[in-house]
Amino acid sequence: MKRLLWAAAALTLLALPLFTDATLGHGWVRILDFALLYVLLALGLNIVVGYAGLLDLGYVAFFAVGAYCYALLSSPQFNLHWPLWVLLPLGAMVAACFGVLLGTPTLRLRGDYLAIVTLGFGEIIRIFLNNLGAPVNITNGPQGVSGIDSLSVGSYNLGQTHGWGFFEFVPVVNAYYLFLIGVLLAIVFSHRLERSRIGRAWAAIREDEIAAASMGINTRNLKLLAFAMGASMGGLSGGLFAGFQGFVSPESFTLMESVMILCMVVLGGMGNIAGVVLGAVLLSVLPEALRAAGPLQQEWLGRVVLDPSNLRLLMFGCALVLMMLLRPEGLLPARARQRELHGE
Amino acid sequence: METFLQQLVNGLTLGSIYALVALGYTMVYGILELINFAHGEVVMVGALVALSVIGALSHLGLPGPVVLLLGLTVAAPVCMALGFVIERVAYRPLRRAPKLAPLITAIGLSISLQQIAALIWGRNYISFPAVLSIDSYNLGGVIITSLQLTIMGLAALIMAGLLMLVQKTSLGRAMRATAQNPAVAQLMGVNTDQIISFTFVIGSALAAVAGVMVAAYYSVGNYTMGFMLGLKAFTAAVLGGIGHLKGAMLGGLLLGVVEALAAGYMGDFTGGVFGSNYKDVFAFLVLIAVLVFHPNGLLGSRAREKV
Repeated sequence: MKRLLWAAAALTLLALPLFTDATLGHGWVRILDFALLYVLLALGLNIVVGYAGLLDLGYVAFFAVGAYCYALLSSPQFNLHWPLWVLLPLGAMVAACFGVLLGTPTLRLRGDYLAIVTLGFGEIIRIFLNNLGAPVNITNGPQGVSGIDSLSVGSYNLGQTHGWGFFEFVPVVNAYYLFLIGVLLAIVFSHRLERSRIGRAWAAIREDEIAAASMGINTRNLKLLAFAMGASMGGLSGGLFAGFQGFVSPESFTLMESVMILCMVVLGGMGNIAGVVLGAVLLSVLPEALRAAGPLQQEWLGRVVLDPSNLRLLMFGCALVLMMLLRPEGLLPARARQRELHGE
Repeated sequence: METFLQQLVNGLTLGSIYALVALGYTMVYGILELINFAHGEVVMVGALVALSVIGALSHLGLPGPVVLLLGLTVAAPVCMALGFVIERVAYRPLRRAPKLAPLITAIGLSISLQQIAALIWGRNYISFPAVLSIDSYNLGGVIITSLQLTIMGLAALIMAGLLMLVQKTSLGRAMRATAQNPAVAQLMGVNTDQIISFTFVIGSALAAVAGVMVAAYYSVGNYTMGFMLGLKAFTAAVLGGIGHLKGAMLGGLLLGVVEALAAGYMGDFTGGVFGSNYKDVFAFLVLIAVLVFHPNGLLGSRAREKV
């Protein structure tokens, strides 16, 4: 029975983009692609916030580092065209270095002090990306880098449409499968990590740092490791994003984006993989679903009374508040945390 | 030297505004230990309400300061009510919830308030009507305007008043007691719920004043103006040591001055490689440097963790 369920889930995941493409069109498959990228980001942040308990408000910086790493080494900007299998690990590694760079000066900070420093770090990265177009043009400033090579695995270019018998694999569908592989690997990785020696040490640090240290846990190295691992997932996701979009600019990496990823983690249920995945999918699809607000107004009231894009964000904000008020511990909280709250 | 003094004046003006907003963050943090992310939006609402009122009154021919004061008298109660509602809706139901839950409701409220403001006032920049006749004085090459003097003076006055309120009145004593230990304060007969509401209301009143100042100083307002200002003010509060009133004041002034000096000197120091567009980088670097050596901010007491 359990095996049957797994098979059904796998089939659904595999068929989803083709089905969506056939019924709702390319646009919605694109939304699914972004949902998967957000899942990857949320899983990465979950390592830092959920497992190690370090509040990071500048997580999007690592996403940016990965994206720019890919963009600069695989575009006409410097006329470099490195292959995917070099760029993705490289992006993850560079992001991990940035993670350690952020982690080192902040080891002594706690809670909200840490949050504000990570926030500042995120802003610093964004400002540099925005301004490094002069005097030496590295990032091309606010215009961003365009003309990035599309993702390709070996000779299979994901940016082109491939027909396989009855099915037609358009670029957004190709990307979906690549991202799905990434997400599945990240889920397995997170799951194994959580129960490993490292994961248990993080839980100890999260619950009581002093007690953890006196049990012989090297809190410094483990905190840095959490930053580095979380960052590398962000960097990986950034590389995929750059190759998928074909264009990156500093505008995609604002503080609001970091906050959104944090919302996904907290709303879904910190520390619980299923919860984090649910939170990321929900919060990335919800704003798109709310786009219907404009046409519905037209239909019900006969005219568009309120600006649809503002209304959409307004409803999104209200949904965040409501969901949190109804389930403060997150939609699918980690079991340990739920027990803490309800004192079973 | 003239550049230095000029930037010092500009920085102190901006810093006074930061300090007023930072006080709102720090008071709430001192009592509830939560970052009121929606506070920047309260400043924005204050500024836009005042801009509307001033815009409506501008052609009546009343003297400038009176119009400004009328704008403030409408904006302040609106903001105070808003602060009260924010606490009731987003924070009170979550008082026993995990620490990050109120952060999310705050972000949700912040998004909602921005969009409501965009629906009411539109997305365009609203310019400040020319009701003020601003004099500028030249003190040995340094130009200081009457508006800057008013902003600094008023901010100083309000901050002194706040300190008096917190340190000399029984209400202030109740606030301090609640910040120290809410449970014991309640046992001593303090209505802590009321005190918390009151703290939000006071913070929002300060935000309204800051909003009017920003609108007058930069002569424009927009529904997104609260975000960056709130961020800077929060940074200032942390810089000074969050939870400390004097820390927020010091942090605000310091951040304003650092930013202004960075804007004035960044190009000279680096031979033109980095321009004034890096001033925010500089502000955050100062913050990081201070926190590396003083993890609890400039005036924050070193909180020993109890084992």
